[in-house]
Amino acid sequence: MKPQAAAWLFVAPALLVVGVFFVIPVLAGFALSLTDFDIYALADPANLRFAGLDNYLTLLATPLFWQALGNTLYFVAAGVPLSIGLSLGSALLLHSRLARWPGFYRTVLFAPVVTTLVAVAVVWRYLFQTRYGMVNHVLGQAGVGPVDWLGDPRTAMPAIILLATWKNFGYNMVIFLAALQAIPEDIYQAARLDGASARQQLVRITLPMLKPTLALVGILTMAGYFQLFAEPYVMTQGGPLRSTVSVLYFMYEEGFKWWNFGIASTAAVLLFALMFASTWVIARAARGAGPRARQAGA
Amino acid sequence: MRRPLAVAAVNGLLAGLALVSAFPLLWMASVSFMAPGEAATVPPPLWPQAPTTANYRELFVRAGMLRCLFNSLALAGAVTLLSLLFNAMAGYAFAKLRFTGRAQLLRAMMGALVIPAQVAMMPLFLLLKHMGLVNTYGGIVVPAMASIFGIFLVRQYALAIPDELLRAARMDGAGELRIFFRIVVPLLSPVLASVALLTFLGSWNDFMWPLIVLNDDRLQTLPVALASLSREHAQDTELMMAGSVVTVLPVLALFVALQKYYIRGLLLGAVKQ
Amino acid sequence: MPRSLAHACRRLCCLGAGILLLGACTPQAAPPETLRFWAMGREGEALAQLMQEFERTHPGIRIEIQQIPWTAAHEKLLTAFAAGTLPDLCQLGNTWIPEFAALNALEPLDARIDASAAIATGDYFPGIWDTNVIDGRLLGIPWYVDTRVLFYRSDLLKRAGIPAPPRTWPEWARALGAVKRAAGADAYAILLPLDEFEPLLALGLQQPGDLLGDSGRRGRFSAPGFRAALGFYAGMFRNGWAPANRAGAISSVWAEFARGYFAFYISGPWNIAEFKRRMPAELRNDWMTAPLPGPHGPGASIAGGASLVMFRPSRHARAAWSVVEYLSTAATQARFHELTGDLPPRRSAWREPALAGDPYARAFREQLERARAAPKVPEWERIAGEMQLAAEQVVAGRTDIAQATAALDRRVDAILEKRRWMLDRKAGR
Repeated sequence: MKPQAAAWLFVAPALLVVGVFFVIPVLAGFALSLTDFDIYALADPANLRFAGLDNYLTLLATPLFWQALGNTLYFVAAGVPLSIGLSLGSALLLHSRLARWPGFYRTVLFAPVVTTLVAVAVVWRYLFQTRYGMVNHVLGQAGVGPVDWLGDPRTAMPAIILLATWKNFGYNMVIFLAALQAIPEDIYQAARLDGASARQQLVRITLPMLKPTLALVGILTMAGYFQLFAEPYVMTQGGPLRSTVSVLYFMYEEGFKWWNFGIASTAAVLLFALMFASTWVIARAARGAGPRARQAGA
Repeated sequence: MRRPLAVAAVNGLLAGLALVSAFPLLWMASVSFMAPGEAATVPPPLWPQAPTTANYRELFVRAGMLRCLFNSLALAGAVTLLSLLFNAMAGYAFAKLRFTGRAQLLRAMMGALVIPAQVAMMPLFLLLKHMGLVNTYGGIVVPAMASIFGIFLVRQYALAIPDELLRAARMDGAGELRIFFRIVVPLLSPVLASVALLTFLGSWNDFMWPLIVLNDDRLQTLPVALASLSREHAQDTELMMAGSVVTVLPVLALFVALQKYYIRGLLLGAVKQ
Repeated sequence: MPRSLAHACRRLCCLGAGILLLGACTPQAAPPETLRFWAMGREGEALAQLMQEFERTHPGIRIEIQQIPWTAAHEKLLTAFAAGTLPDLCQLGNTWIPEFAALNALEPLDARIDASAAIATGDYFPGIWDTNVIDGRLLGIPWYVDTRVLFYRSDLLKRAGIPAPPRTWPEWARALGAVKRAAGADAYAILLPLDEFEPLLALGLQQPGDLLGDSGRRGRFSAPGFRAALGFYAGMFRNGWAPANRAGAISSVWAEFARGYFAFYISGPWNIAEFKRRMPAELRNDWMTAPLPGPHGPGASIAGGASLVMFRPSRHARAAWSVVEYLSTAATQARFHELTGDLPPRRSAWREPALAGDPYARAFREQLERARAAPKVPEWERIAGEMQLAAEQVVAGRTDIAQATAALDRRVDAILEKRRWMLDRKAGR
């Protein structure tokens, strides 16, 4: 039995930490969402009421929650393709044989990924300043009038999308680069012998072979984007007119500003459900595309 | 496309992207050396007229950023060291040691990866409150002592350790712990370096949880201090840029120095999906 | 040789310190108690100086001050409550007192007041004192008062043909229109940051009736009074008299005031000192304060300010109370005013030359007699935010006043649901 005992010795500490500080709180989170835990209950547990599914109904009837949901979906729907597109494009550029100093460029393009989000959100808040910001200055040189990026409800979320894209595209770029490097050179050689142009090579060979990577990158990016919080917190405080309140920002305000733990947990559970559903859909779509990709690559 | 044109196009695009990527960071550094009020002029200046370290002095003397820098270092370091040990042991065990329920536990953990940490935040806060860990370093370190992601990364790499090596060591009479520290850890060192780097950066950059748990001024980490400073001193552009530089420079330097390990860890984590 | 000399010096110093310490010990000698005191904004900085003097006269007590920005104060206090790490003493905005009273976090002070000679209850402005009394119990001692008045550029008003500051809403509207016409397209008449609720709240309090009905159980924002106030407020933006900006869009209020970007500004006492300090020399005599105009005559304003409170699970209650008494003496209050420009809550302190002779403070003295408290419910902080959000939506043209106030009442009713349940349960309904 000694190997077994040793094995448990090795896994026990980590499993204990994960169990006590993740699994149990997650289950408790689901339980909290069924109560109306708030600051009164925090003061005196006698003020706690079991609410059943009332929180869910209340939340689904709260316009601000739907706005938060809408804002988050807008961020995901616009931001993920933009980010992935830019990542793929830059990976293709870096992978090209024509590129000089690819190592240097890779480092520079990746650098924003490791920077602290709060710090760069502060920097971009000033870049987006209406009168003194660099973005409006550059646009002004191109003849475009000053945009009140963070003050206009229509442009606040696009500003955040731009920031997120700038910060994240390097991450997926590296993944795409690795995948591109894994495609055997012979396929391209054979295609070139058959007279395929560069564009045909891209569309017929590269993209299909990248489909599994695309799915992976899509899932990872989407999961990250659903958790939008720091940018609105630092740059806009959810405004203007709540146009940048994300589901997590909503949860933070309900939970740690107003201390309605019950409602906040409900929001978190709903966010989890949304993320789960979306990733499942993408994963299914990717699996469906799998056999076709394999045929194209063969 | 003609070849010289193609080369120009590709490199031109790359240069443009590099400029866009680097510009905010360079501007941040430049403004941090400007005199207070200099950046809020039209047209926005690119270089300081007379570089000054006044903002950094203000930051460290009046805003107490030095303490926050120390907090970030201490916390990230503690989390990295502890989680490295726990994750490495568990990852190795999941890869190479047989025990009942190993497969099911593995699958359960994979499932748990999908759950966003925020569902757990409020109950975790209440739990830590009962343990007396709120507003202490422990509130950050203790829940982070192990992570499913870290366990997986180590396991992925540990799968490649040849079984014969371990069998030979066991036959020589070595105990499991000895085998782990003498044989496995050296073999795992590349992935451990990657995991350590990823953990350190992740902990340094963590924002939401330290925001919630660390109330005391003296315990705050750099991102939290920077965020509260930015809400209070919204008008002091130069001061805020100095704060951002202090927050970003260490991780950027770490990344540039240890790029290889970071990228490898990133790819390992992605591929396992 | 130097080493033994240094060593001898050190020993002598220690001996000397020991003797001093013995000498300073009072008969009831105890190890120095350390009290934690949280203060916000500039008051925190001034507190550091005041506490130095306190420590000198009270050697057994040490005060540890933590300064907290106003923007984070509410969250931090609630987090500390949840974590059980509240300080012994705190500067608490008086609109937050009902909230912490509901959490049972505040130490009742009635017994201490009765036994104290230092604090004369009758000397305080009654409206302000009242904000500290919840359910008949005194839970805080007013430390400084805050109300909002008009700051204005007298030269810009004169240029627009307005000889004196307005006293009624119609006069105000006329003045704003005239100033805007004289200012042109690139400037405005009044600055009302869209994410600050105090101006609108003041206008709302000038109307008869309460903002919350049924002893704080329901919203009454659809009542004609508040709708009139919101209409007047939104009209300022619609007519182009106020820029539709949030606070962060203005890089420096003082610079813009000096530049003439706006001529009216609704603000509080701290800006007396700030404006005095930052206005350029040539404009020194061109700005003044005036009480807020009301619908038919001089109007009410918010009864703001902060109190000194003692949080309940404290092991240093007696020491904390001596700090409160110290800060409430007339002399310390005068000193505090010198350091911060904050206005004292005791009428006698107003007779001091520093305040009696300050022309800018006159408007505040007058306004304080017409100060009106906001509804004393724990959820008020949140409701004020919702109120301002509704106003922002009206200003942005997203909705009209009738719809906005009806929706606001619905939201406020939802926020107050738990309070209704608890009150009804207590009343046995």
